[in-house]
Amino acid sequence: MLTAQTKVYPLPDELQAKIDLVLESHDNDPTQIVGILLEVQELNERHYVPEPVAYYLADRLSMPVTNVFDCLNFYSELSSKPRAKYPIQVCSSPACRVNVIDTKRLLETLENLLDIKIGETTYDGRFTLETTTCYGACDRAPSVRINGHIYDHLDSQEKIVALLRSLT
Amino acid sequence: MSKCIKFLTRNFGQYDTSSIGSYMNVGGFQALRKAVSMDPEKICDLIASVKVRGRGGAEYPLGRKWSQARSVVGERKVVVCNADEGETTTFKDRELIKNDPFNLIEALIIAGYVVGATDGYIYMRAEYACYRPLLLNAIRQARNYGFLGENILGKGFNFDLHLYSGGGAYVCGEGTALIRSIEGKAGRPRMKPPFIKVSGLFARPTCLNNVESLSIVPHLLMDDEQIYANSGVGESIGTKMISVAGNVNNPGVFEIPFGTTVRDIIYNLAGGIQHDREIQLIQFGGASGKIADASILDTPYTYDDLRAAGVMVGSGALLVIDQRTSVIDFLRMNQEFFSDESCGQCTPCREGNLHIKIILDKIAEHKATAEDIRIMATIAKVMSMSSLCGLGETAQNTLQSAMLTFPEVFEVGGAE
Amino acid sequence: MAAEHETKEVPMVNLTINNIAVQVPKGTKIMQAAQTLGIDIPHLCYHEDQRIKAHCRLCSVEVTGKRRLLAACSTEVWEGMDVHTDTQIVRDTQVSILQLMLANHHKDCLSCPRNQNCDLQRLCSRFNILESPLPSVVKEEPRIVTNPSIVRDPSKCIRCGRCIQACKDVQGIAALTYAGRSNDITVTTAFNKPMEATDCILCGQCSLVCPTGAIVEKDDTQKVLDALQNPKKHVIVQVAPAVRVALGDAFGLEPGAIVTGQMVTALKLLGFDKVFDTVFSADLTIMEEGYEFLDRLKNGGTMPMMTSCSPGWVNYMEKHFPDCRDHLSSAKSPMSMFGAVAKTYYPEKAGVDVHDIVTVAVMPCTAKKFEAARPEMGRDGMADVDIVLTTRELIKLIKYVGLSLQNLPESEFDSPLGTGTGAGAIFGATGGVMEAALRTVYEVVTGETLAKLDFTDVRGFEGIKECTVTLKGKDIHIAVAHTLKNARLIMEQVKKGTSPYDFIEIMACPGGCIGGGGQPIGTTNAIRKKRMASLYEIDRNLPLRKSHENPEIQTLYKDFLGEPLSEKAHELLHTHYHKVDKPYEFR
Repeated sequence: MLTAQTKVYPLPDELQAKIDLVLESHDNDPTQIVGILLEVQELNERHYVPEPVAYYLADRLSMPVTNVFDCLNFYSELSSKPRAKYPIQVCSSPACRVNVIDTKRLLETLENLLDIKIGETTYDGRFTLETTTCYGACDRAPSVRINGHIYDHLDSQEKIVALLRSLT
Repeated sequence: MSKCIKFLTRNFGQYDTSSIGSYMNVGGFQALRKAVSMDPEKICDLIASVKVRGRGGAEYPLGRKWSQARSVVGERKVVVCNADEGETTTFKDRELIKNDPFNLIEALIIAGYVVGATDGYIYMRAEYACYRPLLLNAIRQARNYGFLGENILGKGFNFDLHLYSGGGAYVCGEGTALIRSIEGKAGRPRMKPPFIKVSGLFARPTCLNNVESLSIVPHLLMDDEQIYANSGVGESIGTKMISVAGNVNNPGVFEIPFGTTVRDIIYNLAGGIQHDREIQLIQFGGASGKIADASILDTPYTYDDLRAAGVMVGSGALLVIDQRTSVIDFLRMNQEFFSDESCGQCTPCREGNLHIKIILDKIAEHKATAEDIRIMATIAKVMSMSSLCGLGETAQNTLQSAMLTFPEVFEVGGAE
Repeated sequence: MAAEHETKEVPMVNLTINNIAVQVPKGTKIMQAAQTLGIDIPHLCYHEDQRIKAHCRLCSVEVTGKRRLLAACSTEVWEGMDVHTDTQIVRDTQVSILQLMLANHHKDCLSCPRNQNCDLQRLCSRFNILESPLPSVVKEEPRIVTNPSIVRDPSKCIRCGRCIQACKDVQGIAALTYAGRSNDITVTTAFNKPMEATDCILCGQCSLVCPTGAIVEKDDTQKVLDALQNPKKHVIVQVAPAVRVALGDAFGLEPGAIVTGQMVTALKLLGFDKVFDTVFSADLTIMEEGYEFLDRLKNGGTMPMMTSCSPGWVNYMEKHFPDCRDHLSSAKSPMSMFGAVAKTYYPEKAGVDVHDIVTVAVMPCTAKKFEAARPEMGRDGMADVDIVLTTRELIKLIKYVGLSLQNLPESEFDSPLGTGTGAGAIFGATGGVMEAALRTVYEVVTGETLAKLDFTDVRGFEGIKECTVTLKGKDIHIAVAHTLKNARLIMEQVKKGTSPYDFIEIMACPGGCIGGGGQPIGTTNAIRKKRMASLYEIDRNLPLRKSHENPEIQTLYKDFLGEPLSEKAHELLHTHYHKVDKPYEFR
C-alpha cells in the first residue's frame, strides 16, 4: 500500500459548513487561497490550519495540497501548527526597538506577567510571546499586535497589565 | 518653521470614509468624470509634466509607466495597486487608505481608463486587514453608483475592482512576487523577462502602482490652481508623504513639499529627538534604504539632493536613531529583518543574509577578523549584484552605506 | 511525427562575448550563445528540458552598460550586447555562491551516492574551491528512507527547484514543493509526509534531475554483491530493453549507443549465473495482454483497455484514478512476468531448487523496486523478483569490479529466457508496447501476415499519439501517451466515460522507459530521442520482430503454460490492482 491509513470524514459537519461558507465568499476561486486560509484559520481558536483542513481546501479548490502547504509555511500570518489563543506579537524591527526603554519595559513586563520568554507559550495555551517584523505601527510604539489588532502606546506597566486583563 | 502642506491629504478628516455620498460632497469622483472626457494620453502627459515618480521606492516616472502600459498590445489588461507597504518605518499608505479610501478607488478607475484595463486589483498587506472592510465597502458603493462595472459614466468603459489580502511577507511588495501571491501561490519572485507590463497577473499585461502614486492622480486632475506643480524644487516637483519614526518626539506621517530640509522634518514636523539626544544615524527608505549621519540634516529632501548625499527617498521613511543605539546594533536589527523576509529562493540572498548576520554578531562580540570584514563586504556585493529580485539587491544597502559612513566601526578591534 | 513546419527565417543578432564576436538567432539566451564559442557558463538550477528558474545565480555574467550582473540562463541576447564571463566581479560571484552553497551542504562527499557524479562537486572542483571561509550552517538530518524506491537527503539539497519542476511540469503531480522561506526554506512534501504517503508515484524523475545527492534511488547494489558471493545461490539477472541503449552514457560512449553484447559480458563477469533478457518476457506480456484485449473486445470487458507495464503509471492509476483501475490490463509487467517464470518454469527446466534462486532485475526505473515489493508479485511468501537495480546502480557495479564496458567483447543472452524479438525490444520507447501488441493482435485476429510491421503513427516523442487500426472491418481506436501529465488528459475522458479509444498505452516517464527515473544522470530529452532511435534500430535488425514468433515463448506455452489466458497463465502472469487510499476522504 502506498499510503498510511485513511481518516474518513475527519472534519466535523459544523466546521465543514463554515469552511464552505468561506470558500463561497471567495467564489471557490483557488487564486484566493491566501485570503481563504487567513479566514479559515480564524475558525480555529488556536489560529492555525490543521492538516485535514488543508487537505479539504485542496480537495475543494482542485489544487495540489502542496500549494496549500507552501502558502501555510511561506506567509508569516498563516500557520499549520497550533498557536496560542492570544499570540502576542512584539515588533522586532528597528523603529520600535530603538525606543530602548519602552521596548525593554514592554518585553520584561510581558515576560514577568506571563512567566514565559519570547517564543514560548503559557501552560494553558492562552498566550504566546513572539517577535514579528514591522507591521506599520511605528508611530504608535510601543505596541503589540494580537490577532490582527494593534494595542498601542503601551508606555507604562499599568497599560500592559490592563491589556492582559482585557484578554482574559 | 515647519512646512506641512495639504494636497494629497486634503480630504483627510473631511468626509465620512464609509459613505460615497459624503465623499462626493467633497468633490469625489469629479476627477473621474473629468478623466473620462479626456484623451488618456493627455492624462499621461499631465502626470509626466509634473514629473511624478513611483512612490513605492523604484522612482520610475509614472506618466511614462502609464503611457507604456497604454501602448502594450494585449487583451484584458489589469492595473494593480501595491498596498503591501512592507518597508520598515513606512506607514504612509496606511494613512491614505484609512483616511481617503474612496480617492484610491477613484484613482484606480482612472488608471484603468488610461491604460485600457478591464480589472483592477488592490493587494493589501495582511497587517492592514483592519482596513479591509473599509475598502470593500468603498468598492461596493462605487459599484452601486456605477463607477465600477459596465459602461462607466456612459463612456463604454468597463472596469471592476478586486481586493486581495497578503499573507505577511515583505517580499510580496516585489512586483512578480505580488502577482504570484494574487495568483494563489507563495509569493516568491520570478525572473524577468517576461516583464509584468507585458505578461503579469494571470499572464495579462499589468500596470503596477503604489498607493501614493495612484492617490496623486485624482488630485492632480482637479488641481486648477497648480498647487502640485508649484510645490517642490527642481526636478522634484510636488509633495511627498513621508513617515518618520524612531527616537523622535512626534513620530507620524507628514505631507511635505519636496525641498523641505531633513532638519526641518526631524526637528519641526517630528518634534525633534527625545530628550534632546544627539543623532547617531538616519535611515532613509526603510530596511532596504541607506543611512547617513547628522551631516545630512541641512540637505533638502529631494530625489537629487538625497541621492547626492548617498541616500534615497525610497519608501519615504525616515528612521531617526539617537546615540544610545550603536551602529552595529542597529545593523543587526536591520539584518534580522532580511533574515526573516528573504524568500529563500535564490542562493545569494538565502545564504548571504545568514552569513552576514553571523559576521555582524561577531563584530558586536569583538571577535571579527579583517578576513571576516572582507568576506562580509564581498557577500554584500555579490548579493546586490546577482540576486534574483530587488529584495536581495537592496538587502545590504544599509550595511554598504554604513561601511562608507562609519568606516571606523568596521576596523578590526575597533568595534564599539 | 507531423512534417516539420516551414521554419520562418529567424533574424540574427550580433554580440560579443569576452570580446569575441558571435552571431546567434534572436531569442538565444546568453548561456547558449556562449556555448557556441565553447564557453561553458557554470549553472546549477538551469536544466535544458525545464522552464528557466534563474534561482541559483551561478550563471551571472557582466554585460556592459548594466548596473547589475545578468543571469545568462534567462537573459536573451540583444544586438550589440557586450558580455563578459570572466571579470573579477563575475568570478567573485561564482566563487561566493559556491562557497555559500557548500556552507549549507552536508559534505560527506566520499560516501555520497552521487560522488563523482555531482554537479556541485564538479563545479567546486572546476573553480578550485579548496576551502570555504564560511562556517558550516547545514542542518544535519537523517536520510529519509521510507520506501523501496526513493531516498531523500535534505542536507544535500541546494534548493534549485529542479525536482519540484520535474514533478509538477512533467508529471503534473506536484508532490514536492518549497516550504518556508529565507534560510529555513526546504524542498519537501505536503506536511513533510514520506513520499509514498503523498501524491508521489515513485517514478524517480526528481532523482534524475537532482544536481546533487538530495534525491537518489534506494541503493540495492550491496544486496546483489552479497548474493553473487554466496556459493549456495543461483543468481540470475534480467535486463530491460531500455538499459542497453543508456548504459554506454556512463562509459564515454555516444548517447544512444547500443551496448547489448558488452552489457551481457559485463553481467557475466560480475558473476551472474545466467543473464536473461526482459525482452523475452516483454514478448510474453504481448501474448497475454494481446489476448486479453481480444477477449475484452469479444466478451464486452471493460474498455478502453490500458497497458500496465509502467509501474509509475500503475501507481498513478491506483492513487489518482482508483475507480478506473479495471481499465488496466491484468497482465503483469514484463519484469514481473519474468520473475514468475523464473521462480516456476525455470527451476524445473534448469534443475535448480527454487529456494536457491535469486532473481535480479536491471531496470531503468525506480518504481520497479516498489513493484517487485508488492505482495501479489510472488507466491508462498517468496518474491518473484528479489532485487531490482536501476541502470545507475548497474553502472556502479560495473565500475566497482573495474570493467571498461566500452572495451568488453560481446556475448549472447542465455537460454531459455534470453531470446527476444524486435517487438519486445521497442517496449522501452513510448508507443512500443502498442506497436508490439498490434503486430501480434493483427495477425492473430486476421490470420494474415502483416505486410508492413512499422506502425509509425505511434512512434515519436509527441505527448499523445493516436491512430486507428482496422481489424476484420472493425476500427480499433488507439492512443499512446507518455508522462502522467498527458495520462491525466486521457484519464479525465476515461473517467467521464467519453474516451474515444479502445486501447491505450501509457508510460509514466518522458519518452517511455528510455527516459525512466532510474536512467543515468544527465538524461535529457535530446538523449531520450537518441535512445528511442536505437531501440527501433535494434528492432529493425532482429530476425524476429513479432512476439508470437519467439521460439522460447512458443516452447514456454507448449511445455508449461498451455495457451494465453490459460488458468496457469492467469495464476502466474496476471495480477490485480488496489484502490490506494488518500490521507483523507471528505464528504
